[in-house]
Amino acid sequence: MSGDHPPAGSGAAPPPSPGRREFLTRVSVALGALGAAIVAIPVVGFLLAPFLEKQSQVWRPVGTVDSFRPGMTVKVDFPDSSPLPWAGVVARTAAWLRREPDGTFVAFTVNCTHLGCPVRWLPDAELFMCPCHGGVYYKNGAVAAGPPPKPLPQYPVRVRGGQVEIQTSPIPITT
Amino acid sequence: MGVVRRVWRAFDDRAGITQILGPVLRHPVPKDARWYYVFGSATLFAFLLQVVTGIALALAYIPSTANAYDTLQFITHQAPFGRILRGMHYFGASAMVLLIGAHMARTFLMGAYKFPRELNWITGVVLFIVTILLAFTGQLLRWDQTAVWSIAVAAEQMGRLPLIGRALARFLLAGDTWGGQTLSRFFAFHVFFIPAVIFAFIGIHLWLVVRHGISEPPKPGRPVDPRAYRAWYQALLRREGRPFWPDAAWRDIVFGVCMAGAVVLASLIVGPPELGKPPDPTILQADPRPDWYLLWYFGLLALLPPNLENYVMVLGPLVALIVLLLVPAVSNRGERSPARRPWAIGAVFAICLMIGTLWIVGARAPWSPDFTTGPIPARIIGAATGPVAEGGRLFYDKGCQYCHTIAGYGGARGPDLSAVGDRLTPVQMTWRILNGGTNMPAFAGNLTPDELDALIAFLKSRTTRESPP
Repeated sequence: MSGDHPPAGSGAAPPPSPGRREFLTRVSVALGALGAAIVAIPVVGFLLAPFLEKQSQVWRPVGTVDSFRPGMTVKVDFPDSSPLPWAGVVARTAAWLRREPDGTFVAFTVNCTHLGCPVRWLPDAELFMCPCHGGVYYKNGAVAAGPPPKPLPQYPVRVRGGQVEIQTSPIPITT
Repeated sequence: MGVVRRVWRAFDDRAGITQILGPVLRHPVPKDARWYYVFGSATLFAFLLQVVTGIALALAYIPSTANAYDTLQFITHQAPFGRILRGMHYFGASAMVLLIGAHMARTFLMGAYKFPRELNWITGVVLFIVTILLAFTGQLLRWDQTAVWSIAVAAEQMGRLPLIGRALARFLLAGDTWGGQTLSRFFAFHVFFIPAVIFAFIGIHLWLVVRHGISEPPKPGRPVDPRAYRAWYQALLRREGRPFWPDAAWRDIVFGVCMAGAVVLASLIVGPPELGKPPDPTILQADPRPDWYLLWYFGLLALLPPNLENYVMVLGPLVALIVLLLVPAVSNRGERSPARRPWAIGAVFAICLMIGTLWIVGARAPWSPDFTTGPIPARIIGAATGPVAEGGRLFYDKGCQYCHTIAGYGGARGPDLSAVGDRLTPVQMTWRILNGGTNMPAFAGNLTPDELDALIAFLKSRTTRESPP
């Protein structure tokens, strides 16, 4: 476009064409926004990945039926479902497993329903106790004392071919 | 020497360093701004200390869920200066949290958030929030057993938020449970995301300090009037202003050096926090605790009445943040001197009292069962055989001793039973044991009548009377 820049040394210059400046401003801002969006999508996508990924649950064997004495509550460990190769020891989960006198199995999560600290089983007292804020549960998982708002959640348990299996589950989040 | 001077002058002419920095460094400040003005710069020095020590630690620390614990063992016990560096990073974090609190209290008490420095305060509140976040994520990077369970506790707290809670919990864990990505994400937050925010906001904060000048120490009877303040302040500076460098900055330097010295001394003498057990979620012998600056919140969570919990956990931090951000909107003019602002003094005092008392009780944690207690010796039971001795054994086996103390053995959750024989009749004891009470389980399902009799015999014998009953 001509006429924008008056020759040097002239007196009153004609006002620069406003349309061009506005157009250039708008194009710059729009292109900048577009560039930022293109870059942001994968970056933000990475950040929000946990919202987008779904983890499927699997059954994990924890021992033969005969290895568990009726009436005894024991700790069992099993690997999480589809852990990443570099997860190491963190990709294991514990559960409190009891073979009831009638032969059925029940598995409790170790996460206290108050704020998630690991509960310990006291065999003679037949109580689960949490070290953090004083939560106590009876052997059936019902709340005996302290701040927990709900009973101890249970993991699905089944027996397949003489093996006791527990289904991996997300950490139970009290809402 | 002449060569050096000439080279410097040429370099400075091209780079413009003294031209830009000179006026900033020597900008006039009120002459009576004294030692209590050093906390802001001290916080900045603490942060820079953290950046430097953090970068050093990152040379050896591998933020992989499987390896982090081992690299930390290496840093602490084998790498040259590793132990001191970890200590400096830990005590530097403590220093930064302490100093930012002191700085916040000082600026609030002296009304430095009032016109025209409202934005200073607001950017400062943002810096305060992210500093707490840095402190929390930093403890997680220690990636020991406490860190792993702290993440679960944080996820559970997120879970209390309505609607988005469960999704947020999953976001924190980076999955349904701890996994390979949990640590690397916290590392990215602690090392990249949050420091980027801090650098940006420190830049804005310092720019604002230079723009508006250091606030003059307040005097009673000299309220801030937005229409007249700027002209009055400029006149004050012209009359009595001193160049910031070196007339005022020397105090910042002295205090900053003392702080750095204290951090190094603490790391040499006390050393870094010991690494706990490995981050294995199947090790259930765990006693998760936050680092000292969050122990008060730990105490608060333990003592909250259960029906208030959701509200306090969700609304508490939110309301606190909103109140902090609204401070300049509510009172950006008027008296600045604390002598004329009793509510300000009251508020700071109340906050310090709350945090202080909750901190003390959080450190003692009397609500936690004492898992370390052992059976009471026979000489204290007073019998080696018979129902009393049997009762003494049951007192430990059945779990009573985790929450009750007798003769110094046991936990502090429930009442001390050293002299319960003086207080309660056997009928009352029986009723309590079988039915439980507030925060006490009912033991009816777990005691045979003979066991109950032995327990009652033992408890009856717990008395301050000289002769046995």
